[in-house]
Amino acid sequence: MNITVAVESGEALPSASEAGPAPKRIVVAYGFWIFLLSDIVMFSALFAAYAVLQHASAGGPTGAQLFNQSRVAIETACLLASSYTCGLMSLAVNSRRRFATYLGALLTFVLGVAFLSLEIREFADMIAQGAGPQRSAFLSAFFALVGCHGLHVTAGLVWLVVMMGQVASKGFRPAVQRRLQCFSLFWHALDIVWVGLFTVVYLMGVTQ
Amino acid sequence: MRLRLLPTTLIGLLILAGCSEGVLSPQGPVASAERQILFNSLGIMLAIVIPTILATLGVAFWFRSSNGRARYRPDFEYSGRLELLVWSIPAMTVLLVGGVAWVGAHDLDPRKPIASATDPVRVQVVSLDWKWLFIYPDQGIASVNRLTIPVGTPVSFELTSSGVMNSFFVPQLGSQIYTMAGMVTRLHLQADHAGRYRGLSAQYSGEGFADMQFAVDAVPAAAFSQWVSATHDAGPMLDAHAYADLAKPSEAIAPFTYGDVAPGLFSHVQSTAVQPNDPARLTDLASKRTDK
Amino acid sequence: MNLLGKLDWSAIPFDQPIIMGAGAFMVLAIVGILSWVTLKGYVPYLWREWITSVDHKRIGVMYFLLALVMLLRGFSDAIMMRAQQAVAAGGAQGYLPPEHFDQVFSAHGTIMIFFVAMPFVIGLMNFVLPLQLGVRDVAFPTLNSVSFWLTASGVLLINISLVVGEFAKTGWIAYPPLSELQFSPGVGVDYYLWSLQISGVGTLLTGINFVTTILKLRAPGMGYMRMPVFCWTSLAANLLIVAAFPVLTATLGMLLLDRYLGFHFFTVDGQGNAMMYVNLFWVWGHPEVYILILPPFGIFSEVVATFSGKPLFGYRSMVAATMAICVLSFLVWLHHFFTMGASADVNGFFGVMTMIIAVPTGVKVFNWLFTMYGGRVRFEVPILWSIGFMVTFVIGGMSGVLMAVPPADFQLHNSLFLVAHFHNVIIGGVIFGVMAGYNYWFPKAFGFKLDERWGRASFWCWLIGFYVAFMPLYVLGLMGMTRRMQHYDNVAWQPWLVVAAIGTAIILVGIVCQIVQLVVSIRDRDRLRVTGDPWNGRTLEWSTASPPPAWNFAVLPQVAERDSFWVAKHRAGARQAQPEPARQYEPIEVPKNSPVGVVNAFFAVVIGFALIWHIWWMAGLGLIGTFLAILVFAFRDGDETEVPAEQVAEFDRLHEARVAI
Repeated sequence: MNITVAVESGEALPSASEAGPAPKRIVVAYGFWIFLLSDIVMFSALFAAYAVLQHASAGGPTGAQLFNQSRVAIETACLLASSYTCGLMSLAVNSRRRFATYLGALLTFVLGVAFLSLEIREFADMIAQGAGPQRSAFLSAFFALVGCHGLHVTAGLVWLVVMMGQVASKGFRPAVQRRLQCFSLFWHALDIVWVGLFTVVYLMGVTQ
Repeated sequence: MRLRLLPTTLIGLLILAGCSEGVLSPQGPVASAERQILFNSLGIMLAIVIPTILATLGVAFWFRSSNGRARYRPDFEYSGRLELLVWSIPAMTVLLVGGVAWVGAHDLDPRKPIASATDPVRVQVVSLDWKWLFIYPDQGIASVNRLTIPVGTPVSFELTSSGVMNSFFVPQLGSQIYTMAGMVTRLHLQADHAGRYRGLSAQYSGEGFADMQFAVDAVPAAAFSQWVSATHDAGPMLDAHAYADLAKPSEAIAPFTYGDVAPGLFSHVQSTAVQPNDPARLTDLASKRTDK
Repeated sequence: MNLLGKLDWSAIPFDQPIIMGAGAFMVLAIVGILSWVTLKGYVPYLWREWITSVDHKRIGVMYFLLALVMLLRGFSDAIMMRAQQAVAAGGAQGYLPPEHFDQVFSAHGTIMIFFVAMPFVIGLMNFVLPLQLGVRDVAFPTLNSVSFWLTASGVLLINISLVVGEFAKTGWIAYPPLSELQFSPGVGVDYYLWSLQISGVGTLLTGINFVTTILKLRAPGMGYMRMPVFCWTSLAANLLIVAAFPVLTATLGMLLLDRYLGFHFFTVDGQGNAMMYVNLFWVWGHPEVYILILPPFGIFSEVVATFSGKPLFGYRSMVAATMAICVLSFLVWLHHFFTMGASADVNGFFGVMTMIIAVPTGVKVFNWLFTMYGGRVRFEVPILWSIGFMVTFVIGGMSGVLMAVPPADFQLHNSLFLVAHFHNVIIGGVIFGVMAGYNYWFPKAFGFKLDERWGRASFWCWLIGFYVAFMPLYVLGLMGMTRRMQHYDNVAWQPWLVVAAIGTAIILVGIVCQIVQLVVSIRDRDRLRVTGDPWNGRTLEWSTASPPPAWNFAVLPQVAERDSFWVAKHRAGARQAQPEPARQYEPIEVPKNSPVGVVNAFFAVVIGFALIWHIWWMAGLGLIGTFLAILVFAFRDGDETEVPAEQVAEFDRLHEARVAI
């Protein structure tokens, strides 16, 4: 409709950069993307530290001795599946189906908790073996990198609970929808970080 | 007039600065080469910087709004030729200075041995809180806060730190280099003239930093061997125990020497730095720091 | 179990007259201001109009005020250092013992970079960006308030360290192993770390906010190549914030883990790697330099064009140079430690990269020169600062390129030559730029100009004082004097240091002139009153009233070219009295005030203080408080209030009438 009007009146359509202020939905998602980028930059600093200190085990245990591949495989499966359920939740939000939203959120939450508890078990086992972060620079870098991701997952879970509270009390109003959109961006970004982490720490750590 | 004034004052200042123990009165090949590079780069850049400064002041003054003779050209906002000029002038300057930098970085690489007919003297340097330890592994002696070297002979340094990072620097002989715990850096210097030169730490390292200086005695070869044998005959032995004693924080220590050095002490120093956790040692050191 | 962690009465240095005097002065000043405000009944006004305000203009002004106050603090540190080094020659120890002197120079560096230069620049960007872009606010107004108050939290913590406990004795870069628990067991480094972490979060949020604002919120028609250059340089600076500050957060986080939980990132034992800190720190640190200098480059571009009565010469070159600097700034960090012992290839590469970044900077200088060429240069205060900058910055740039030559740096590294260099570019670049921007945009913010005579006096004092204070340091660097010396034996240095101290005193006079300028201008504000466009400006901020209403523009401006306000003025002049079509006013939604920023900042201070002193229960309470504050904010209804169309129209008509006179 608008296009024909513009052509008829003989005016060129303004290019996207000249269209004036973007609507709030776009601005919010865009800003959150940039936040995620900055978060990934922070992770990359931790990755760099890990790469530098990977072999600085100070006579202590190395990654090959410590990492339990099958547990990490289950952790990965949980997190990837939670990304899928989070996607289902987004679909439900878009079609404003409340029950499906709760269901998707619940599945995401349960999978996230499963991931976290496996990770905490892993940490506890390592510390019990005397392979805590104080043992060597390598272990410091490992606990910081994986732990930072774990903290992000924890924050995501808290956020998810708050959002369900908002859906319950406020319904699918635009602000709530924007926040749910940001949450799902966040959750997928954590997945991407985990894929990098899984590759660099667990896969490459065992082959050496 | 002004055009000549600025370089003259600059050079005057440089000469003034050169009078004392600074980097502009070099006493060795490394420092001389570095001074030359400093002057070359400065010269290349002044050739463009001085005209720019003058042009800035000149243009601003001539085009002052009260000057009726200046032509007002409100549409002068682009000129392809000028743009080309504007990009190429700094690019050419940087090309020149960049060449100086690249070649200089390779020629004066601190790890590169100094070409010489005489065999170098090896010195192992340890920075401690807050003094310098110089070990002569081939002579089997060590010295604190005074570095004695033979004139005209390259000195090959291996450097490390007992803990905090420092920077080993003798301005009149040339390059400085960091000393870092658990790591060894290399440096090659040479003194061409006999004399006493000031050495210092150029990296802030805590409370005693200001006194973390040492004297460099560049002496003729004969005097050096004399000093070596005199030192050999006197003074305590530097072993792991004596080193642990020396490593305790202290400030403004008068120079003294060790008549003998336990073999492999330098690598011992370096490896104590990377020992796995020893809480006892940690608290011990920390309490010493606070007690002081 | 001690409920107050490491905190007890010994934390307050009662035996140090200088610290206690300064602390007493600070406490008295705060109590005095607070009681005056309360007695006069200004508290509700301040709370409503400033503290909880999410208006970018108000927040910008508060940033600026914060920076001014901290400039006084950081500058008194500078005076103390210069005085100490002027007397502590030969056997003399001066009046500051090492443990105090070391804190003074560490605090000076930290404060000047993080709590003076940063808030100055961010304050100006805050105030100017939405106005220049022709929009009503930044992308996330409430987040903006949170950013400001987090910065204020960092400021508060660093000032608390003056009286309770101590500050870091490690230099502002806090290199480990010196900054590790083993060598710095006190709370000083913890004050440093937590105040930077807290304010760093604020800065990062600002970066995200402004990048989104510039890329997504512009007046209709304002394509990228129509943005004022200040918007471009701010975009580059904020991209750098987004890409660099997380690295600082991670690096300081690792040091915190080392200090609090016994990790081994940078420790001497456990095979930690202290040089990794040095690398990561400067991966942030060098872009940080450009975060500080790029927005002032934009300010100079605006000022030079406006006061020459000409468009900026070579706009496209300027944009290209800005973005080139933005990218290249991540490829030069190693030049901060050529003396680490890296290979000749590595040193050579970073040396050459450093010089390449000087090319776009040089292009900018030439472009400003050609902007003045063929112009009508009005020598008002902002352009004085700009010309002073052009001359001074070229010298600073030259000394910088000199030190980018690795062999030259082997001799000049960490010397007073280096100190002279970075003061040359930071004072001559950032501070001069901020002062130009302050004099330039002040009338926009408050509706009256700053007094011209005092402004000139301040400029000349700063300029002369700068040269007198820092040229001797170049010489001293060549004489082999290294930085951070509490005393020295070489009496040949002393005359130069005395001259430098005199220079500092001249700068002090400059600062006093600035304060007098502000006071005089407020007193004479009726004489200095201006309309929307006091300088014959070119960009959109001059098209609205001074001070602008909360909604900035009654109707969003339509942009069809660069310098659109200038073009519009000329078109109007050509058309003469042809009446404009009547404007259609619509109700405007403006964001509601929110106390979430200041409440969060309160809890951030609580958390920071508790962690510094190991008062774990208090840190826990603070965390819960923060969470609850955010929760309450998330559940509130309606972020915006509506300004009715009639009110907008009324204001706009009044403004038009005033301009017509």
